[in-house]
Amino acid sequence: MNVPENLHYSPSHEWLRLEGSTGTVGITDHAQAELTDVVYVELPQIGAKATAGQQICVVESVKAASDIYSPISGTISEVNTALSSNPALINTAPFAEGWIFKLTADSPAEASALKTPAQYRDQLSQA
Amino acid sequence: MSDAPLKTTPLHDAHVRLGAKMVDFGGWSMPVQYSGILEEHRAVRNALGVFDISHMGQFFISGPLALPWLNRVLTNNLERLQVGQCQYTFLLNDHGGVIDDLIAYCTAPEHYLLVVNAAKIDEDFAWLDDRRPQEVLLINRSNDFAGLALQGPKAHDLFTLFFQNNLQAPARNEIISINIDGAPYLIARTGYTGEDGFEIFCPAERALDTWNALLEHGAPIGLKPCGLGSRDTLRLEVCYPLNGSDLGPDTSPLEAGLGFFVDLQKPDFVGRPTLLHQKTNGLQRRLVPFKMQAPSPPPRSHYPVYKDGVQIAETTSGSLSPTLNIGIGMAYLPIAFAKPGEPIEIEIRGKRYPALVEKKPLVRTGLS
Repeated sequence: MNVPENLHYSPSHEWLRLEGSTGTVGITDHAQAELTDVVYVELPQIGAKATAGQQICVVESVKAASDIYSPISGTISEVNTALSSNPALINTAPFAEGWIFKLTADSPAEASALKTPAQYRDQLSQA
Repeated sequence: MSDAPLKTTPLHDAHVRLGAKMVDFGGWSMPVQYSGILEEHRAVRNALGVFDISHMGQFFISGPLALPWLNRVLTNNLERLQVGQCQYTFLLNDHGGVIDDLIAYCTAPEHYLLVVNAAKIDEDFAWLDDRRPQEVLLINRSNDFAGLALQGPKAHDLFTLFFQNNLQAPARNEIISINIDGAPYLIARTGYTGEDGFEIFCPAERALDTWNALLEHGAPIGLKPCGLGSRDTLRLEVCYPLNGSDLGPDTSPLEAGLGFFVDLQKPDFVGRPTLLHQKTNGLQRRLVPFKMQAPSPPPRSHYPVYKDGVQIAETTSGSLSPTLNIGIGMAYLPIAFAKPGEPIEIEIRGKRYPALVEKKPLVRTGLS
C-alpha cells in the first residue's frame, strides 16, 4: 500500500496535507482499497465547521456508506467538485485527483497529534 | 450475530487465492468480490461470470406421494412439470408469508430436487420434515453438493467449448443429469442475474476441479469469477427478490408481485386461504421497483419512502445500478401509489431525493 511521506494520517484512514494553515484531506490508498468502487461522494458544505475526529462527509461504494472524519478542526474552504461526476478518482488517485476537501485549520499545530507515515504503516501492518 | 465459526464452501481456499474479499453472508464465509463489483457486474452483462453457489441447499424428494405432497406445501403447480423441467415457487407459512423462495426441479418420475436459500436450509428442512407423510423420502444433501452458477450472454458458448459439442445443453428452465469422469452432475439452465446461464451442481469433492476448468476454458472469452456483491446488483436490476430483504414471513407472493408462481386453482396448499382472501379483497400494498430521478447517494434497504411529505414505506433493497449508473431499489408501497410513473421520495441521511415507481424489470437483459 502506498503511504506517501509528506502527509499526516488519522487512525480512521484519512490523510492531511498541510500548507501553512490550509489543509487538504482525502482517504488513503488502504481505505479506497477496502471501500472498493466508490460510486458517490457527499461533499461537505463550503464554510462548514469541521471538528477533529468528527464526521464531516460520506463516501459510498456499491456495498456501503462510510463516514469520513476530519483529521483536524477548521473551516471548509474548498471541495473537490470533480468527484461529483467522477467519484472513482478516489480509487484511481487517492492522494492526488481524489482529494475530497480543503480547510483552513483553526490550529495547524493540531496536526502533530496525527500519525506520521511510519506510524500509519505500523497501524496497517498490525491490522 | 453468533460466535459460531463461519461455514465454508469447498471453494473457500480458491476464493482466497484469487484475492477475493470474504464476508459473513448468513453464517457463511463467501466472496463479496474479486476484482470489483462494477467490473464483475459488467462481465456478466456483457460476457460471462461464474459464482460459487455451494452455500445453497439441495433437498431430494421422492416416492409415489412426492408430487401430491409437494403440491400441498409449495405454491406453484408441480403437475405442470415434465421430467427435466423446473419452476420457481414458494414455501409459505400458515398465514401466507414467505418462508423461502426456491426452484423445484423434476429430475425423474417421482423424483424432485429443491434448491433453497443458504440461510433457510435448516428452517425449510424442519418445516418440510414436520409435514412429510411417512411414505415420502426427503433428504437434505446440501453438504454433499457444490454449486456453480455460470451466467452471461456467452454461457452457451462456454458450454459448447467445455463439452466439445458432445452434449446438448438443457433448454431454459430445464435440467439434465450427466456423469462426468464418474461423478454425477446436474446442470440446469437457470440463474439469478437476468442473463442466460447454467447452474451446475456436482459432488462437493469435484467443486474445485470444475471451478478451475470453467475459469481456464472461460478466461479467453471474458469469464470472470464473481462475488455476492455483483450477484446482488445484477438481480436487483431485473427485480428478482432477495429473501430476507424483499420477501419474508409477513409478505405474501401476491404482495411481492409474484402471483405468476402461485396456482390458486389448486384446491389446497399451505397459505392458500390468506392468498385467496388477498386476491378476492384486493391487496393493500405491493412490491414495486423505483429509480432515482437524479444523481443521489445510492439507496439501500430500510431507507424511508415518502409521498407528499408523509412516510409511506421503507425500501427493501437498493443500490447503484451499474448498468443505468443511477440509484434503484424496491419497496412495498400502499396500493394507491404502487403504479409505474408515480413520483415518490427516498430519504437518505435526512435528505429526500426524487424517485419514480417503475415497471419490472429496471434493466432489459438477455432474458427480459
